Amino acid sequence: MEEKKLAIIATKGTLDWAYPPFILGSTAAALGYQVEIFFTFYGLQLLKKNLDLKVSPLGNPGMPMPAGMDKWFPNLGLALPGMEAMMTSMMKKKMAAKGVASLEELRELCQEAEVRFIACNMTVELFDMDPSEFVDGIELAGAARFFEFAGDADICMYM
Amino acid sequence: MADFDEELDASGLNCPLPILRAKKALAGMESGKVLHIIATDPGSVKDFEAFSKQTGNELIESKEEGGKFHFLIKKA
Repeated sequence: MEEKKLAIIATKGTLDWAYPPFILGSTAAALGYQVEIFFTFYGLQLLKKNLDLKVSPLGNPGMPMPAGMDKWFPNLGLALPGMEAMMTSMMKKKMAAKGVASLEELRELCQEAEVRFIACNMTVELFDMDPSEFVDGIELAGAARFFEFAGDADICMYM
Repeated sequence: MADFDEELDASGLNCPLPILRAKKALAGMESGKVLHIIATDPGSVKDFEAFSKQTGNELIESKEEGGKFHFLIKKA
């Protein structure tokens, strides 16, 4: 049986959106897929050794809020200082309580399973990011390199 | 429950950790050996069926007992 291939483009750098690429990447690898994730724009945050990701209730009406906060909290109130930090801390506590893996763990499991991480060279330069802040084993490359793998992938996802 | 060679307690862990841990445990086992997995995530029932189908490691048994899910997987 020839190995199936999964190509993922990760473009977002918030705590909530950091999960899908690492969950699907690690699971596909466990199922025998060959996986590559191309990190671009804000998705590059997911490669930093020191992950400091946040989740924001702003502009996110689908986010379930504790204790009916979404009912009595005016939207403007969500922009108050400290709101993002509070939501991030609550989300992390909830995830730990429900046995959801930490991002660091999922990312490590991806790398152990030989999921390849590619950082978009253009965005690294655009944002003046320092690749030494990234975890080891990252390849810096461009769009054409992504298509080299994605071109004959069985599944391609943009997130 | 039938005999098994190794055991993995994935209680309290949520998707996709039980699958990832099982994959790791199986990687260290010889072909034909049986892994017993204990999980509390209800999603793991369908997930281990799918894992077995896609990886060729046979799911010998899958049952719920005492509020936990038990799986026996034979390494291909």
